[in-house]
Amino acid sequence: MTTLLEVSGVSVTFDGFRAINNLSIQIAEPELRAVIGPNGAGKTTFMDIVTGKTSPDEGRVIWGEKNISLLGMSESAIARAGIGRKFQKPTVFEEQTVRENLAMALKNKRGPFDVLLYRRSTEGAARIAELAEEIGLADDLPRRAGNLSHGQKQWLEIGMLLAQDPRLLLVDEPAAGMTPAEREHTTDILKRAAQTRAVVVIEHDMEFVRRLGCKVTVLHEGSVLAEGSLDHVTQNREVIDVYLGR
Amino acid sequence: MSKPDMTPRRRFLAENPSVMWFLGLLGLFTLGVTVLAEGFGLALLSTSMVKILGMTLCLCLIAVAMDVVWGYCGILSLGHFAFFGLGGYAIGMWLMYARTEGIVVDSLAGAPIPPTQEEINDAIATQIFGVVGSNELPALWAFADSLFMQLLFVVLVPGLLALIFGWLAFRSRVTGVYLSILTQAMTLALSLYLFQNDTGLRGNNGLSGLQNIPGLLHLPQSTLALWFFWASAAALGLGYLFFAWLISGKFGSVIRGIRDNESRVRFLGYHVESYKLVVFTLTAVVSGLAGALYYPQAGIINPAEIAPIASIYLAVWVAIGGRGRLYGAVIGAAVVSLASSWFTGGGAPDVNLGFYTINWTDWWLVLLGLGFVAVTLFFPRGIGGLFDMLVRKP
Repeated sequence: MTTLLEVSGVSVTFDGFRAINNLSIQIAEPELRAVIGPNGAGKTTFMDIVTGKTSPDEGRVIWGEKNISLLGMSESAIARAGIGRKFQKPTVFEEQTVRENLAMALKNKRGPFDVLLYRRSTEGAARIAELAEEIGLADDLPRRAGNLSHGQKQWLEIGMLLAQDPRLLLVDEPAAGMTPAEREHTTDILKRAAQTRAVVVIEHDMEFVRRLGCKVTVLHEGSVLAEGSLDHVTQNREVIDVYLGR
Repeated sequence: MSKPDMTPRRRFLAENPSVMWFLGLLGLFTLGVTVLAEGFGLALLSTSMVKILGMTLCLCLIAVAMDVVWGYCGILSLGHFAFFGLGGYAIGMWLMYARTEGIVVDSLAGAPIPPTQEEINDAIATQIFGVVGSNELPALWAFADSLFMQLLFVVLVPGLLALIFGWLAFRSRVTGVYLSILTQAMTLALSLYLFQNDTGLRGNNGLSGLQNIPGLLHLPQSTLALWFFWASAAALGLGYLFFAWLISGKFGSVIRGIRDNESRVRFLGYHVESYKLVVFTLTAVVSGLAGALYYPQAGIINPAEIAPIASIYLAVWVAIGGRGRLYGAVIGAAVVSLASSWFTGGGAPDVNLGFYTINWTDWWLVLLGLGFVAVTLFFPRGIGGLFDMLVRKP
């Protein structure tokens, strides 16, 4: 295990509100990590910083073996560097088919002229079929994504993430609004993905986190409150106060 | 651009039956107009009617371009008529220069001493620019004697303007209504600039006599009208085919993604600004080409042609025809522009209500506005959307 992402001493202020306060987190490769914390703890802002959506006031975000700083890189350049993100609300392209959604995410050259002259290849089609199988949408490839159920949209978005073949997956509340059976399937997908890459999951639901069975980072008021196994952090006095005190 | 071999092209047409339908209908329409035209012999369609139809095809072509940039990529440009006008000006300069040169050389041929080149140049400049009180050829006209160069400008001038404007606007992430306002400002500024007499393009007089094609002056207008009609039909067919191909594959998928959720496309690793710039520039170039075919048929171009309202009409055509489907843009441009020339050209009879007479020249805009509101409210997919109901996709 080597360090893939290193966030150190990062702070962000929105209109005087300190969303992130001297936050430091390290993610290894491969690793499965859950990030939990009460509302407003800065979980989503953390992802915004890593993916280039928000730039921090201070601190460093270092990526990969070559220790590249992600600060100042554009969202698309960060995505091409190998960071994929799944949003809290499922955001798939509803007007397009499941196949088109996956094809767009597939790891290929991203320049306009490369894409213009792109020809559907047999490997590409095979990879899409494989991904569709993985996310349980093998029979739905020609369907419009807008016609999928909520859970299926979440899976499609995870599938699009996997299609990008990122080294780091940032997944924001993947199980929100899912049935118990769907949750189980989602856990399996994430655990399998984490065998070869780094996966960071933001989640509210303790049961879901328990099933992931991984290291947990607890955020509170924009910084790390505790880190370790789920049992370890849930016995932490401060964590109990923060969760029960609200 | 690599030329695809026959197999993928045949597959592309087979996978997009609407493109085949469109090209077939366009071919039939062209054949029908040709047979009925005055230039062909039957003379059931007057030469001016053939010109109107040819011009309508050019408007359909710019509407298709507008549909790609707005309906597919989500950029509501309200400035594409500026590119159309620039294409017209670029070709108009050659048409006017070359024809004036012919007239000047003819009239000086009878002089006892053969005229020098300088005298000929001066005479041409006085002929063209006397109307704005100048007798010098502006630097802008340096290449006006070369058809090749001016044709190059038809592509380069709109293309470069779109490239620079788009680069500045998209990299600053100007989107939505703000971008629309900027494009309106661009076309307004260009139009106001051209209205001035000292800009080298004859101010509000514009360029005229463009229907006379140098080198082909011996041919009757009825024949030339037919030639331009064919050229317009060919341009529309090729343009339609090109854009249908552009939007059919993964590129189309990405730009529709940009239309629906720009930031999501960014997180997939696509550089959204480059895509917008490519689409904006390509459609501007096609608009310029459409303008270069339109104005020789119209005969005259002046700065009023690129007034902001022209580009707004363009958006109205596409909305009424149904955006997000190329044939919708064609239907919208054809129906609305033909209806407009019928109503405003005195074709529609006045309606006498006793106490008030509805004069369609004045009331056409009200009708168009009501039609636009009705389409937006009751048929958000436009006229083209009615076809979707007939051909339900699984």
